[in-house]
Order: sequence, then structure tokens, then C-alpha cells
Amino acid sequence: MSFYDVLKSTDMAAAASAFEAATEADVLRALASERPNRADFLALLSPAGARQLEAMARRAHELTVQHFGRAIHLFTPLYLANHCVNRCVYCGFNTHHDIYRRQLSLEEVEAEARCIASTGLKHILLLTGEAPKTSSVEYMADCARVLAKYFASISVEVYPLDQAGYARLLEAGIDGMTMFQEVYDEAAYLPLHPGGPKRDYRFRLEAPDRACAAGFRQVGVGALLGLHDWRLEAFSTGLHADYLQSAYPSVEVSVSVPRIRPQTGGFQPKVEVTDRDLVQYIAALRIFMPRAGVTLSSRERPGLRDNLLRLGVTRMSAGVSTSVGGRASGQSDPGQFEISDDRSVAEMAAMFTSQGYQPVYKDW
Amino acid sequence: MSDTLTIGGRELTSRLFIGSGKYSSNTLIPAVMEASGAQVITVAVRRVDPEAGQENILAHVPKSAILMPNTSGARTAQEAVRIARLARAAGCGDWVKIEVINDNRYLLPDNFETVKATEILAAEGFTVLCYMSPDLAAGRRMVEAGAAAVMPLGAPIGTNRGLKTREMVRIMIEELDVPIVVDAGIGRPSEACEAMEMGAAAVLVNTAVASAADPVGMARAFGRAVAAGREAWLAGPGAVSELARASSPLTGFLGGISGE
Repeated sequence: MSFYDVLKSTDMAAAASAFEAATEADVLRALASERPNRADFLALLSPAGARQLEAMARRAHELTVQHFGRAIHLFTPLYLANHCVNRCVYCGFNTHHDIYRRQLSLEEVEAEARCIASTGLKHILLLTGEAPKTSSVEYMADCARVLAKYFASISVEVYPLDQAGYARLLEAGIDGMTMFQEVYDEAAYLPLHPGGPKRDYRFRLEAPDRACAAGFRQVGVGALLGLHDWRLEAFSTGLHADYLQSAYPSVEVSVSVPRIRPQTGGFQPKVEVTDRDLVQYIAALRIFMPRAGVTLSSRERPGLRDNLLRLGVTRMSAGVSTSVGGRASGQSDPGQFEISDDRSVAEMAAMFTSQGYQPVYKDW
Repeated sequence: MSDTLTIGGRELTSRLFIGSGKYSSNTLIPAVMEASGAQVITVAVRRVDPEAGQENILAHVPKSAILMPNTSGARTAQEAVRIARLARAAGCGDWVKIEVINDNRYLLPDNFETVKATEILAAEGFTVLCYMSPDLAAGRRMVEAGAAAVMPLGAPIGTNRGLKTREMVRIMIEELDVPIVVDAGIGRPSEACEAMEMGAAAVLVNTAVASAADPVGMARAFGRAVAAGREAWLAGPGAVSELARASSPLTGFLGGISGE
């Protein structure tokens, strides 16, 4: 049984009703629970949970310090290419957008690697658009061989592959993957993905299963917040992470909590996800899954990131560019989206230290 | 008479081992070691970065300490062996704490893989300490494979829940001829003291110290608690009785020794 079956068998209408029915007493019970269950998770995500936000934040902070200590892992994304055959209505890489498209040569990858490694980072996340012909598995494997000289661990956030594809990446030294489902609600997913292979909802949803089965060490999931009801999407994301942790106990599961950002094409999000909502989501995740990693990207602005540090986040990006090869050449394209936090690795590390947190550069 | 613990040919006067994860800054490590009196510190090889200068955790380990690299992150015996060899090649010495975990929900160790890794590493001359789920049969296999010490957990790692596995640990202390070091789950000095009173050879603590409001103060408290528990064990506590001694014993009519 894959997560597709789990999600299909979950009554989302009942979940929506549970949000409305949840009381503050339910939230307090969830906070006191040793092993919060689905019903507790729903209560924590509910409007009643929003009224107990401080209590949730305190519990999330305690659990994070207990399980992860006062330490935050740093990584940075490297965009290898922006070719894409998809037509996602909210994405800057949409195939119909008239942007400069390119893919880094292996020499350029090495130049970027040198630049990033000089900041002290040891973890790198590789990204491409969905263009299997140009940004192929073999191309990613070639890049990994170049990057292995500079980094202790390499992860990918690329289009969904079959299990053999993930096995090939693992062989090349890539052992982590992140897959944003974008939208878990299938009916809402389809109109946002009108064309290209990404329209295959199920193939994308089951990609983390295939990466786990191939032997990946770290697997991350996430919904792009702003595309559909955030509470339902948060609930589905938590279920996905929980399912993966149970089905593949040897895999380190993490959750990303991205909110949609302005991008080429000017898509306007349908749903507003406020800072308070984001805090509630992160705290609820931490309480529901005390040992799961939570990743916070530079989509969020500096002041907010500094505060979210204490509430459950375990991994943050630094020195970010969403342009293809934006660091070494100085060239830049519009990028996949606009980032909000352009602080360097050194600036981020100094912020962690000033808040009593240890920046962790190497953890594998 | 001095009371020392010998592991891998090293004589230890402190029976508290310290973990090095979860600190807000690695610069706390020397103060924690000093305040606690600990002589052994475990460091995850995955965190060691010889190129990182002052950011490298090893730069903060006191020269006099015994470094016990651990294989945190290993999911198989093969990975644990690879990590241990890397540590030795990086100059971390011959001690290794084998930690093989295939369960990211409770972080419970995989005893089977640990036995396999122990066999290989002990044969290569490592001083192997095995982090394990308390189980007598598995402990025996580890000893047969060449473990210098066995380290059963008191509760799942990082939980601060105390000595939940008390009975299993007690049996291992009675039955195994190697030092038993209670590792993981100990949340309070009183629990560390309890483990020592039971006859544990040593206690390893990390989260309870690192997540304390004052890690150095907590380290000192643990150092004292472990020493106190050891002294109590050596002193041989009196028997515990369920009943108060009756002032008019039922056998008093017999006279003589039977009724005291």
C-alpha cells in the first residue's frame, strides 16, 4: 500500500468537520498526549489550536530542544537548470514563460561548488526543472560526481523518478530527496497543473515511496502553501510524513513548509496563509512528529525566520540563489521565485549564534 | 583503595561519560567536561570536519579526554564499520561506540547489525562499546564478538524518561562479565545515581545536560550523582524490607534465637 491508498482512504470531509468541531480542551489534550494521534493532529491544526498558539509554541520548542538540541543545520540550493516542460500555473519555470533557459556545464557546476564550499557549507540541494531529456538522471549523476569532492552530502529536489532512477542517483552519491506534492487535494491539483508530466498526480505522490524503497537516507515532503485550504494541506502533509516514517523506519523523514512567493507569471495565491498560520502549522507538525526534520527556506523574511528558529525548525537554507548558476558567474536570471532572505551563510550563522543556537555545517 | 573502571586498557576514575550533541555551542564542551569530571566523551563522526578549524567539534574536546567516536547515522553493520575506520584514519583513536539505528521514530538500536559490526571491528583492534536495546542474549553475542563494554539504553535516546529498562539492565549487570554502561534516556541526576546503585559500571548522558538551562551546572550535578551512586554500590546498601519489624514478634514465645 502506497501513500496514494492511504490518502484515498482518508475522509477529508470528516477532517474538515473535525477542524470546526475541535475545542480548546481537545487541543490541550493533544498537547498533553505522549503519542499524539491523527485526531490530536487535527485539533492542533484547527481554529481552536490557533487560540492556544502560545501553549503549542512552548510545547514545540521543548520537543525540538529535547530531540534536536539547540542546533540548526545549514544547506543551500544549487539550481542546475531551469528547462521545464510543465505548465504549473504558479511557477516561474512554466514552459510558456519567456525566460532565459540554461543548464550548467560540469565546469560551471564545479565553479559553483567551489564558491559554495568556500562558505563552509557541506550540504547541498540540487534543483532542476522537469526536463528529463536535458536534465537527465545521468546528468544529475555526473554533477554529483563533481560535487562529491566538495560536499559531505548531496540531495535533490527534482522531478519524480522511477525507482531505478533513484537507485542510480544513490549509486552516484545522492542520498536525500525532497518532493513537494504542491497540492495534496487531487481535485485542486489538476487545474494548477494543466500540462506536462507533472499532471500525473499519483506518480508524483508516490515518488517519496520509490526513493525510500531505493534506499535513500533522507526524504522530505511538503505542500506549497497558498494553493489550497492550508489546514487540509497541512494535515495531508503530516499524514504523508507519518506514513513514510512508519513504512520506511530507517529513512530520516522531514517536512518543508513553503509558502508561495511572487514569481514570473504573476500568479496570485488563492489562499492567504498568515504568519500565525505558519507558526501553528510548524508547531502542530513538531508535536505530531517529534523527531521529524522541519525545513524552512529563504522564502520567508529574515525577522520571521529568526523567530521560527525556536519553534520546531531543524534545517534552514543560507546564501541562497534561485537562479541557474547565479553565484560563480555573477549572471542571473529571474529565478524560480523571489527569495525573501538573501543573507549569506556567515550572516545566518551569526544570527543562530546570537540566539544561542549552533549552526551545523556537516552532519554526514 | 582506588575504585577505577578499566576499558580497553584505559583506567578511568570517573564513571560518567558525556555526549557532545545538541549543545548551543561546542565551546561549552570543555566546561561541561571539567564540571562533571568526565574523562570519556563521545562524538558523532558524521559531525567531525577536519577542514572546519574552530567549527570542528574535535577542536573543543580537551586533550586529556578519551575520545569515543560513535557511528551515529549508520543503518547497517557495513556503514558502522566504514564510519569507525574513517574515525581511526582521521586520528580519533581506537575506541568506538557502535550505534546502528534503523528506526527513526524511537531511534532504537539494531542489536543484530551491532553484533556483526562488533565482530569485524574488534578483530581489527578497536575497543568496541556497543550501544544496544537491553537484551541479555544480544549482550552475550556482543561480548562473544569482542565488545569491551555493552551500553544498554535506559529509555529511547533523547527522551529524558529515565531508567525505564531497569529490570533488563539489572539482569545484564548480573550476568555479563563486561562493564555495563547505561546509555541514553537518563534525564536526571537521580536516575544516573539509581543506575550506579544497581551496579552499572558507568552512565552516558547527553540530552539531559545539553538541554538543561545551565548545562555546566547540570554536568556537575551528574558527576556528583554518578559518584554518589557508585559509592552506595560499593558500600552495599542494606536490604529493603516491606514490613516494619514487629515489636512483639509472632515467634517470640519460642524464646532463644528464633525470636531475636
